[in-house]
Amino acid sequence: MADDVKMNEIAAPSRRFLEAWYMFASNKAALLGLGLGILIAGVTIFGPMIYPTDPFEMVGAPMSPPGEELLLGTDFLGRDILAGIVYGARTTVLVGFAATFFTLVIGILIGVLAGFYGGWVENLLMRVTEFFQVLPALLLAMVLVALFSPSLYTIIFAIGVVSWTPVARLTRAEFLKIKEREFVMAERAIGATNWSIMWKVMLPNAAPPLIVAATLGVGVAILFEAALSFLGLGDPNAFSWGYMIGASRDFIWDTWWAVTFPGLAIFVTVLSISLIGDGLNDALNPKLRLVK
Amino acid sequence: MKFFYSLIKKVSYSLLLLLAVIVLNFLLLHIAPGDPVETLVAEMGGATPELIAQLRSDYGLDKSFPHQLLNYILRMAKGDLGMSFTYDQPVVKLIMGRLAATMILVLTALMLAVFLGTILGIMAAQKPKSFFSGFVTLISLAGYSAPVFWTGIMLLILFSYLVPIFPSFGMYEVGSSGNMLSYFLDVLHHLVLPALTLASIYLAVYSRIARASMMDVLGSDYIRTARSKGLSERVVVYKHALKNAVLPVITMAGLQFSQLIAGAVVVETVFSWPGMGQMAFEAILRRDHTLLLGILFFSTLIVIVVNLLTDMSYRLLDPRIK
Repeated sequence: MADDVKMNEIAAPSRRFLEAWYMFASNKAALLGLGLGILIAGVTIFGPMIYPTDPFEMVGAPMSPPGEELLLGTDFLGRDILAGIVYGARTTVLVGFAATFFTLVIGILIGVLAGFYGGWVENLLMRVTEFFQVLPALLLAMVLVALFSPSLYTIIFAIGVVSWTPVARLTRAEFLKIKEREFVMAERAIGATNWSIMWKVMLPNAAPPLIVAATLGVGVAILFEAALSFLGLGDPNAFSWGYMIGASRDFIWDTWWAVTFPGLAIFVTVLSISLIGDGLNDALNPKLRLVK
Repeated sequence: MKFFYSLIKKVSYSLLLLLAVIVLNFLLLHIAPGDPVETLVAEMGGATPELIAQLRSDYGLDKSFPHQLLNYILRMAKGDLGMSFTYDQPVVKLIMGRLAATMILVLTALMLAVFLGTILGIMAAQKPKSFFSGFVTLISLAGYSAPVFWTGIMLLILFSYLVPIFPSFGMYEVGSSGNMLSYFLDVLHHLVLPALTLASIYLAVYSRIARASMMDVLGSDYIRTARSKGLSERVVVYKHALKNAVLPVITMAGLQFSQLIAGAVVVETVFSWPGMGQMAFEAILRRDHTLLLGILFFSTLIVIVVNLLTDMSYRLLDPRIK
């Protein structure tokens, strides 16, 4: 066991990557997630070229059921549901990734500083983290977007502000774990600066659980965006799946397709990310997998 | 005595958190574009500069920043969360009128999620390789990945439209005037779908935790001892293992209470459940920032109180926590 761990530490990055990939590829659920993810990426990039109908445009009779005029039918204003799903993918993916990036920047910065310096810095930063954990996340996001008027920027900002705390806690915990390990000590002994130890030595070693958290974070961010636009706090110029459901909310009896299909799109997207995240977790933390 | 000491420490920490929430509220009001007077003037359809100046001094907006902050904190400490200009009523009164509905929904969903989640998790842990265990993993993934408002709408379509056995909105029939029992049953009838919807996300999380912790506990020495004594599987699982396996679920439930309150906002909106969350939605539509921030403050207050209670009951129940 001890030898294994050592091997892992000194193994070349490419070998570690290959090992993780084999582990990931032997997991059927993770591969399913990856397949769905590639499909969604394809729709995001090429969808609007292949299916160029404007989602805001009224292209058919209002409330026409799926298969009658258009494949997935129209909503109460005669807008094409399929076009909405194709265009909505861009908003969803953009907000999902941008908000996760912002979440990681805040979370890692706070976690690294707290875990590395300890003492009053850690104390203060952890109190701030606890404070943000007490605030009901979605409600705070709603307040932020409502106060600063809805746009893609405010939505990304709000999601980042409400969801960085788990990342900060995870980063800090990882830093506390590896702080006293030999390779960090060795760097200190040869006179490396705090800055380079933090970012160049310790952070890469804390990366595997952070990669998993970041992957799952994309799913959480997508769900936040969906909920905000469902509540009427989406960017009015960007078509999104949550907005489609919110808009047809009063017509669920008459146009079940207008609420069902966009929701299915959100569901499949988040499911694919959850499956990939779980697969990565098993592949990147082989020790945990053994315990299970 | 030690308990008393830690109680004081915890309470003062909670008060500090509360103060931080008040400061955050103030900062949000301050940084956000447009102040209460501008909103008011817009509502009135314009006003003379003299009137605007008068209103500004009435609202204390002409004072310095620290002075305004201090005034705000004192006002909040007295329980004055301001006036909602769209309802023309004090925010505290409005929230109090909605509090019970939200708490009924949230607590029912919490109990449902913890109870069902633990049961499913335990059953899955007993046969980790079975079809049932895979099924539990599947629904937990599904519950986690589906947006909660969509789950609610799907349940509405299924059980309120296709098979109309549950009402589609509200908390009770309009104009129903029966005795206590029929009122109770009426509310219960309306509660089923919203509570199930809100529980669905957390059910997923809890069944996963219960499964993992149960498998962990079932592998421990004291369970082996219990088994080797010849106790039946049922006694081993439900009498010996359950107690320890359920602790992580309860810890998680306490930690996630703030998420539950936030989830209620969406669920209440879908089912027109007359709680704080639905009012938050209305406040957004009407651009009533005072009311919206009041709801944020009050929800956070509930979370802080719940956290305090969870922590204290832990200290009483588990002597290992010092």
